[in-house]
Amino acid sequence: MSSFALFFVVLFYLALLFLVAHLAEKKKSKLWINNPYIYALSLAVYCTAWTYYGSIGVAATSGLNYLPIYIGPIMVIPAWIYINTRIVRIARINKISSLADFISLRYGNSRSFSAIITIVCLLAIVPYIGLQIKAISETFHLVTETSISNNILTDNATFVVVLIALFSSYYGTKYVDASEKRLGIISAIALESFLKLFFIIILGIFVIYFVFDGFSDIYQKASQFEDFKEKNTLNGIEDAMNWMVLCMISATAICILPRQFHTAIVENRQEKHIKTAIWFFPLYLLIFTVFIFPIAWGGRLIFDGQKVNPEFYSILIPQHFDNTLITVFVFLGGLSSCISMIIISAITLSIMLSNNLIIPYGLLGKFKSENEVQNTRNITNIRKFSIFALIIMAFVFYKYFILRTSLDSVGLISFVVIAQLAPAFFGAIFWRRGSYKGAVIGLLAGLAVCYFGLIIPQYYFSYNQEFKGVLREMYDAFGFFSIPYLSRISQIFFWSLLVNTALFTIISVSVKGNYRERNFAELYVDIDKYIQNHENAFIWRGTAYVSDIKNILERFLGKNKTEQALRIFNLKYNIDSQAETADSRFIKFSENLLAGRIGTASAKILIEGVTKEDKISLKEVLNILEESKENITLNKKLTEQSTELQKLSDDLRNANESLIIKDRQKDDFLDSVAHELRTPITAIRSAGEILADDDDDIPLEIKKEFLNNIITESDRLSEIINDILYLDKLEHGEIALNIKENNILETYKKAVNPLLHLIQQKNIHLSEVNLLNQYIFEYDEARMIQLFQNILGNALKFTDDQGTIQTKLSDKDNELIIKIFNTGRHIPEEDLEMIFDKFYQSKNQNIIKPTGSGLGLAISKKIVQAHKGTIKAENSGLGVTFTINIPERIPQDS
Amino acid sequence: MSLEYSFKKNGYDVYIARDGTEVLDFLKTMIPDVILLDIMMPNLDGYSTLEIIKQDERLKNTKVLFLSAKNNPKDIEKGIEMGADAYVTKPYSIKKLIQQIEEMFE
Repeated sequence: MSSFALFFVVLFYLALLFLVAHLAEKKKSKLWINNPYIYALSLAVYCTAWTYYGSIGVAATSGLNYLPIYIGPIMVIPAWIYINTRIVRIARINKISSLADFISLRYGNSRSFSAIITIVCLLAIVPYIGLQIKAISETFHLVTETSISNNILTDNATFVVVLIALFSSYYGTKYVDASEKRLGIISAIALESFLKLFFIIILGIFVIYFVFDGFSDIYQKASQFEDFKEKNTLNGIEDAMNWMVLCMISATAICILPRQFHTAIVENRQEKHIKTAIWFFPLYLLIFTVFIFPIAWGGRLIFDGQKVNPEFYSILIPQHFDNTLITVFVFLGGLSSCISMIIISAITLSIMLSNNLIIPYGLLGKFKSENEVQNTRNITNIRKFSIFALIIMAFVFYKYFILRTSLDSVGLISFVVIAQLAPAFFGAIFWRRGSYKGAVIGLLAGLAVCYFGLIIPQYYFSYNQEFKGVLREMYDAFGFFSIPYLSRISQIFFWSLLVNTALFTIISVSVKGNYRERNFAELYVDIDKYIQNHENAFIWRGTAYVSDIKNILERFLGKNKTEQALRIFNLKYNIDSQAETADSRFIKFSENLLAGRIGTASAKILIEGVTKEDKISLKEVLNILEESKENITLNKKLTEQSTELQKLSDDLRNANESLIIKDRQKDDFLDSVAHELRTPITAIRSAGEILADDDDDIPLEIKKEFLNNIITESDRLSEIINDILYLDKLEHGEIALNIKENNILETYKKAVNPLLHLIQQKNIHLSEVNLLNQYIFEYDEARMIQLFQNILGNALKFTDDQGTIQTKLSDKDNELIIKIFNTGRHIPEEDLEMIFDKFYQSKNQNIIKPTGSGLGLAISKKIVQAHKGTIKAENSGLGVTFTINIPERIPQDS
Repeated sequence: MSLEYSFKKNGYDVYIARDGTEVLDFLKTMIPDVILLDIMMPNLDGYSTLEIIKQDERLKNTKVLFLSAKNNPKDIEKGIEMGADAYVTKPYSIKKLIQQIEEMFE
C-alpha cells in the first residue's frame, strides 16, 4: 500500500474520532454516551501497542509470559468495587484531577510530594509514549513497505504523530477545570477500544479459519516445534514464581498507571458504572487473550526460518497473504491502541505537569495579579503546550533512545517504576499512620533500586555493551541480593517494593506526621463517614476574611461563578451572607473550587497567602476529628429520629383525617336516621292531630285514608328500626352464617315467589338465563334469599311499568356470578359506589317515597361481604346491572 | 298529605314539589306567600334551594320555613342565618305550625 493512501486512511480515521468526540460533547445526556459501557470500554486504554503487538511477540518467543499482563488485572479488578468506589468518592469531594493530587493531598497536601510524583510519572510514561510512537512508525512503514527515514522531517510517521498531538491538545483542554469530565475524549477512546478488539477478532478468525483449518490445526502443527511444550507450560516452581510476580506488576499497574487513574477515577461519572466495569473489562481482556495464541503460533508456522520480528506477526500474516483490507484493519487497531494511550497519558501528564510543577513552582505569583479571563487562558495554554510538548518529547525519545528496545521490556520497566507509588497509594486509603516522610523516602529509595537495577542495565543491554570499571564492581557487590530463579524485572520489582514499603512503614511508625497529614488520613480512610459533610472534617484554625478569599476565587472563576458558589455554600451551611470571617469549612470549600483548575497544592498555597493559620497540635486534631465523628453520628441519629417523628406525625395526621371523615359519616348517618324516623312520626302525629280534633267536617274516606296512613307509616317505622338493628348486628358479626351446600336455582325460586304478584301488578317481564355448569354452591340460604329479594325489590321499585328484569346465573373460576339487570333509569356515575351506603336512598328520595327502609342495598353488601364476595352496580345500555360474585366455597375463617 | 289537607282547610292554596328543582320550577310562574322546605331532599337540598330563593328579588316578601328532622341547635342556627323565617323541627304540631304562619302575616 502506498504511503499516501495509508496517510489518508489515518487522516480519515482521526477525522472519525474528532466527529465522535464532537458529537459526544454535544449530546452529553444521550444514553449512547452516558452509559456504563462507555466507561468500561474507556478502561481498555490499558491495552496499548504492547498488548496489541508486543504480547504476540512474547507468546511466540517466551510462551506463557504473555498472559500475566491480562491475568493480573483480571484478578484485581473485582476489588475495585471496594477500592475504586472509595477513591472515586475521595476524588469527587476533593476535586482531585490526577494521581499526583490524590497521593500528595493525603500526605498533607504537599507541593514537593506532588512534584516528585509528577516527575516519577513523567520518567515512567514518556518512554512508554515513545513506545507507542515507535509502534505507529514501524507498522506504518511495514504496511507501506517503506523503510524508516532517519530525517524526522521526511518521515511520514512524524506527521501522524503531529496530528495526534494536535487532536490531544485540542480536546484534552476543553475545560479549564481539570476535574471536569471529558466526555468527548472518553467516547472516542471507548470507540477505539471497541475497534481494536473488533479488528483483532477479525484477524484471529482470518488466521484460524482461512490461513489454517481451525484452532486444532494450528495447535497440531505448532506442537511439532521442539520448544512448543516448554513454551506452553509453567516449567516448575521457578517459572511459576516469575509468572506470579509479573501478574502482581500488572495488577498494580492497572490501579496506579496515571492513564488508568484518569479513566477509572477522574472520568467516572457515576459510582454504579464501576459495577458494570468489574465484569465487562475483565471479559474484554479475556477475549483479547483468546486470539493471541493462534496468531502468535500461526505466525511462527508461516514464517518458520525467516528473520521477521514476531511482534508484528499480526500485520505480517495478512500482508503475506496479500490481504490489504485486513492488513489495514490490523494497522488501525494498533493505531487505536497507541492513540488512546498517547492521548490519555498526555492529558493526565499535562495536568500533573501544569498543576504540580509549572504552576506551583513558577506561575502562582503571576496568577495572583491577573483576572479570570487571563488566568483561564494561561492555564489552558500551559496544558495545551504540555500535551504537545510531551508527545513530541516522547517522539524524540523514541527516535534517539529506544529504537533498539522491544515493546515488552520498556512496558514492563515502566510498570515497575510506576509500581513504586503503590505503598503510598494504597497506604493512603487503608492506613492512618502513613506519613509524608515515610512515603517520600520509601518512594525515592524504591526509585533508586529501579534506576540501578533496571534502567542502567537496560541502557547497556540496548547498546550491547558490557559493564566496565566501577560499575562492574558495584554490580558485583550487589550480586549477593540476586535471587537466582527470578528474572531481572521480577527481582527488581521485588527488591524495590520491599525497600520502599519497609522504609514507608518504619519511618511512618517512628516519626509522627503533622496534623494536616493526619487530618487527610482520617478523611481518606473514613471517607464513607465524611462523604456528606466533608468540609466539616477539614480542620483549620486561624484568621481569614471572606473578602480576601473571594478576591482570589474571582481571579480564577470570575465574578459570577464565585458569587454563585458562595451562595450555594451559605445555603448549605446556613451561613449569613454578610459574614466577614471565614471558617475552616469555607477554607476547604475555596481550596476545592481552585483545586480543579490549578491542583490541590497550588490551591492550598494561594489560600494560605491570604489567611493566617494558627498551629494546632496533633492531639487537638485527633480530638476535633473524634468530636466531628461523634457529631456526624449524632447528626445521623437526630436525622433518623426526626424522620421517625415526621412519619409519626404523618400517621397521626392521616388518622386524624380519617377520624374527621368518620365523624362526618357518623353525623350524616345520625341525620339520616333522624330523618327516616321523624318523617313517619310526623306523618303519624299530623294524621293523629287532625283526627283527634274530631272535626265532623272530615269526610269519611279522608278519615280512613289518615288511619291507613298511620298504619303504613307505623309499619315503615318498625321496618326501619328492624333493619337498623339487623345491619348493626351484621356489621358487628353478631349474625352467624349458616353456610351449607345449596342448590342456587332452588334458592332463587324461593326468593322470587313472594315477589311474583308485585311483578305481575307492574306488568314487568321477569326472565332468567341459566349458564351454570353446576348448581351446588356453599352459602347461607336465608341470607341469599334476602339478598335476591333486596336486589330484585330495588329493581322493581325503579323499573317502570312493563319494564324488564333479567337474572343471569353463571359460574367461572370457582365463583358463582349473579347478574340482575333492570330497565330502570341510570344511577348517576358518581353515585354508583355510594348506593351501597346506608340511607343512600334517603338523600335522593322522592317525596312520594319508594317503599323500604333505605338500608336494603347496605344490607345486601354486608351479606355479600360476609360470604367473601363482591357486589357492584353498573349502568348498561338500557338500564342498570347489579353483579354479585361469590366464591364457590367460602374460606374457612368465615 | 295531612299538611296539604290542613292548609287547604284553612283556606290556603297548596302546591307540592318533590324536590328543590321542582320548587324552583314552580317559582318561575308564581310568587307564593309561604314556602315550606325540607332540608334533606334529592337533587337540590333545602339549603341550596333557599339560597336561590333569597337571590330572587320577586320573592322578597315570600316567607320561607324549614321543616326538618335535623334538630341540632347548630343546624337550626345555620337555617336562620341563611335567611329562613322560621325553623320547625319534626315531629311538629300542624295547628301550631299554621298558627305560627298566620302570626307572620299579622
